[in-house]
Amino acid sequence: MTILETERLTRAYGGVIAVNNVDFQVEGGLITGLIGPNGAGKTTLFNNMTGLDTPSSGKVRFMGKDITGYPAHKICRLGIARTFQNIRLFKDLTVAENVMIGRHFKTGKDETKGRFLNALKSYIHLKEEENAIYDKALQWLDFFDMHSYRSELARNLPYGKQRELEIARALATDPQLLFLDEPAAGMNPQETEHLIRIIRKIRELGITVVLIEHDMRLVMNICDSITVLNYGEKLAEGTPTEIKNNPLVIEAYLGRDE
Amino acid sequence: MLNFFLLILIYSGIYALMALGQNVITGYGGMLSLTQAGFFAIGSYATAILSTRFGFSFWATLPPAALLSALCGLLIGLPTLRLKGDYLAIATLGFGEIVRNVLNNWDSLTRGPMGIQKIPMPTIFGFVINPYTKYSFLVMVVIFVAIAYVLFQRLARSRMGRALAAIREDEIAAEAMGINITKYKVYAFILGASVAGIAGSLQAVFTLSVTPGTYTFMVSVMVLCMVVLGGMGNFKASILGAFIIQLISYFPQLTGLTSVIPPQFKQILFGLILVVMMIWRPQGLLGREEIRYGNEEGEKA
Repeated sequence: MTILETERLTRAYGGVIAVNNVDFQVEGGLITGLIGPNGAGKTTLFNNMTGLDTPSSGKVRFMGKDITGYPAHKICRLGIARTFQNIRLFKDLTVAENVMIGRHFKTGKDETKGRFLNALKSYIHLKEEENAIYDKALQWLDFFDMHSYRSELARNLPYGKQRELEIARALATDPQLLFLDEPAAGMNPQETEHLIRIIRKIRELGITVVLIEHDMRLVMNICDSITVLNYGEKLAEGTPTEIKNNPLVIEAYLGRDE
Repeated sequence: MLNFFLLILIYSGIYALMALGQNVITGYGGMLSLTQAGFFAIGSYATAILSTRFGFSFWATLPPAALLSALCGLLIGLPTLRLKGDYLAIATLGFGEIVRNVLNNWDSLTRGPMGIQKIPMPTIFGFVINPYTKYSFLVMVVIFVAIAYVLFQRLARSRMGRALAAIREDEIAAEAMGINITKYKVYAFILGASVAGIAGSLQAVFTLSVTPGTYTFMVSVMVLCMVVLGGMGNFKASILGAFIIQLISYFPQLTGLTSVIPPQFKQILFGLILVVMMIWRPQGLLGREEIRYGNEEGEKA
C-alpha cells in the first residue's frame, strides 16, 4: 500500500527549479531510498513532504489525505518524523531531554476532557507525567544502546551518536513514516554497520523508512526500493538491482563514456 | 535607614515579578524582548484608573490589569514573533515607547504628564496595607513574588518549559518535533506580560500616584539586566538579580554618599557589571537550572 505520494510536485526558487514534476511513492512497511548526485533536489523534496517548505505546485498525500502546505508541526502530529542532513539537535539540552521533546505532543492530552481540565490535570500530576515521559524516552535510548549517555549534553556526544540521537528523537514521536536525511554522513564503517542494524530494527517495528544517502553500500544493502533524482527530475525507480544496472543512473553518476 | 532598606526590598520584589516574566520570555524562550516597561505601565494605569475613577478595590483591579497586559502581549506578540534577536528587540522597544507616549498624551483618560494621584491604599479584611510604614506592604509583595515563583517554576518543569527550551535551541527542529512554535512563543509573551502587569499594579499602590515618567525604556533595560545578571533560565536567579540591581541603583543613598556620587553613577555601574559579567560569567551568577528526571537512582552511571 502506498502510504505517501507526491503528485507532480514542483518547487521553484525564482528561476531555479529545484524539484520538477516529481511523482514519488512510498510503500508502507518498506525502506525506500532516495538517491541522486549533489543538488538533485533530494533534500528539497524531503522538506516539501515534511512541511518545512511549501511546494510551488503539485500535491503531497499521506494515507490518502492531502497534506500539501500543512505546517511542519501538524505533519509531525499526523505521523511523519524526520532527521536533518546537518544535525539539528537541541545541543544544550541533555540526551534524555532531546528525546523527551519528541514526546511533546503525545502527552498532556485526554480527548474525553476539555483543554482546561487537561491543563489542570497535568499541572497537578506534573511529577508523574514528567516521569512517564522520561521513562518512555529512556526506552528509546535503550533501543539505540545509549542509556548511559542520558544525562550528557547533546553537544558532547560523538558525531555518530549525535546522528543516532536525532533518529531516537524522531522515533519518540511514534511516527508511521520516518524520513532520514543522510543518516550515515560522516560515520565511520563500524558506525554505519550499527546504523544499518538499527534501520532494519526500525522496519521490524512496522515503521516505514525513507532515506537520502550517498553511501551506496548502505543504500543497496537495506533499501527495498530506490528512486533516483537528477536535476530535480525523477530519473528512475526500482529495486536496488534494477537501479544498479540502469544505464541512465550510471550516466548521471559517472558521466557518459565517449 | 531600616526604612530605606525596606524600600529597596519592596522595589526588589516589584522588579523581581517583572524579571520572572522576562525570564520566561528571554531565559526560556530565547526571545530578546524589551517590553516589560510597557506592560508595567499598563498594569499601573489600569489599577490607578479603575480605583480612582470607578471605585474598584485594589484586589479587583488585579485581574483587569493582568488581562489587559496579557492582551497587549498577545497583540504585540503575534506580529513581532517572526522576528529574531536584535530585530525583535527593536520592535518590542518601540512598543514600550508607544505605551509611554499614549499615556503622556491621552489626557482625558490618563491626565497626561500630570499623572494620577490619590490612589487608595489596598485593604484586606479591614486592615490597611500602608505603603508608608512598609512592613505590611513588603509582606504582600513577598507573597506575590512567592506565588509567581512557584507557578513559573512548575510551568518551566513541564512540557511547556521543555517546548520553550526546544524553540530556543532550534526552531526548525522544534517545529519538526510537532511543537507549534508560534503558539508557545505567544504563550511566553502573554505570561511575561501579565506578571509585569501585576507588578505595575503593586507599583501603583506603593507610590499611590502614577506618572508616565516612571515607565521609561530604562525600566525594561534594568529588568533585562536582572535576568542576565542572575542567570538566564533560572527563576531564583531572576529574584537575586532584581535584588542586586536594586541595591546598586540605591547605592549612593544607602551609603549616604549622595553628595559625592552623582546619580548617574548607577548607570555607569550597570554597564560595568554587564561588561564584566559577559566576559567572566556569561551564564549569570547562578547559571541555567538543570532539571532532574526520574528517581535519583543511577545518576552516577
